[in-house]
Amino acid sequence: MIPTILFYLFAAVLIVSAAMVVSARNPVHSVLFLILAFFNAAALFLIAGAEFLAMILVIVYVGAVAVLFLFVVMMLDVDFAQLRGGFQRYLPVGAAVGVVLFVELAAVLGGWKLAPDTKALRMSPMPDGMTNTEALGRILYTDYVLLFQIAGLVLLVAMIGAIVLTLRDRQTSRHQSIRVQTERTVAETLEMMSVGIGVGVKETGILRPKPPEIKEEAHAPAEHHHGH
Amino acid sequence: MMEVGLPHYLVVSAILLVLGIFGIFLNRKNVIVILMAIELILLAVNLNFVAFSAVHNDLAGQVMAMLVLTVAAAEAAIGLAIVVIYFRNRGSIQVEDVNLMKG
Repeated sequence: MIPTILFYLFAAVLIVSAAMVVSARNPVHSVLFLILAFFNAAALFLIAGAEFLAMILVIVYVGAVAVLFLFVVMMLDVDFAQLRGGFQRYLPVGAAVGVVLFVELAAVLGGWKLAPDTKALRMSPMPDGMTNTEALGRILYTDYVLLFQIAGLVLLVAMIGAIVLTLRDRQTSRHQSIRVQTERTVAETLEMMSVGIGVGVKETGILRPKPPEIKEEAHAPAEHHHGH
Repeated sequence: MMEVGLPHYLVVSAILLVLGIFGIFLNRKNVIVILMAIELILLAVNLNFVAFSAVHNDLAGQVMAMLVLTVAAAEAAIGLAIVVIYFRNRGSIQVEDVNLMKG
């Protein structure tokens, strides 16, 4: 009884906050409602018995994704009021598509039943007398190790992609210019001189190490400017 | 088994999915809200996975939901990176201004 009441409570808050995410005037409010929606979805996961996923949802979504959204929304100096334009124009189309989709989903939901042999077709039945986290851990690193590795790869690619996309080549930084280093020849670094006997180094006019010639070579400025 | 029936979960996740798609239509100009709507859609998918997993007593659905979670996090990171560099280059994040590739 109590889980049912809690389910209705959390589901109601989840749906209301999801509606607020898409309709809030201020994107910061949207992000905050998104966080609320994630918390309530985690509660629904808990009621369904998926404790580990509920915790992961709170940590990953609230702790990482929502904070990322918050950062970007607050960092970009955008006139969000102007972005709201066309709200009324797109409302009928969006509502029409939404209603059609929902009716279709309801139709699917109404005429649908489980196959009789679903029990035999289970891939990894939940073992008894074990917490959800332990059971998940037992299959995640054995039966689903490929899936686990692929998930890691997806995250790695996302990390590298985000770094590559947002990295700026600052002109003040002192990069190692490998091209300049490998193009150095003996002729520009070494010089044969005949020095008279008893002549000091100063008098011959040679100074070693060679004073560096000021070359405005650095790295060409318009080399990589993010796809221009 | 769970105390709350499967249809309840399916209805909640259907409403969530419809709200997400509605949000994409409603906020046609604001990329950030579109990304948030996509997060809502993926959350609805996860809810479905978890509900079926609980009904069938099968952990495979929860593993799959973890994969969806990973993909959603990666997608948010890449999407927001693109928004940031787009704003840096053009000074705007309006979807209608995105015409560099003349698509």
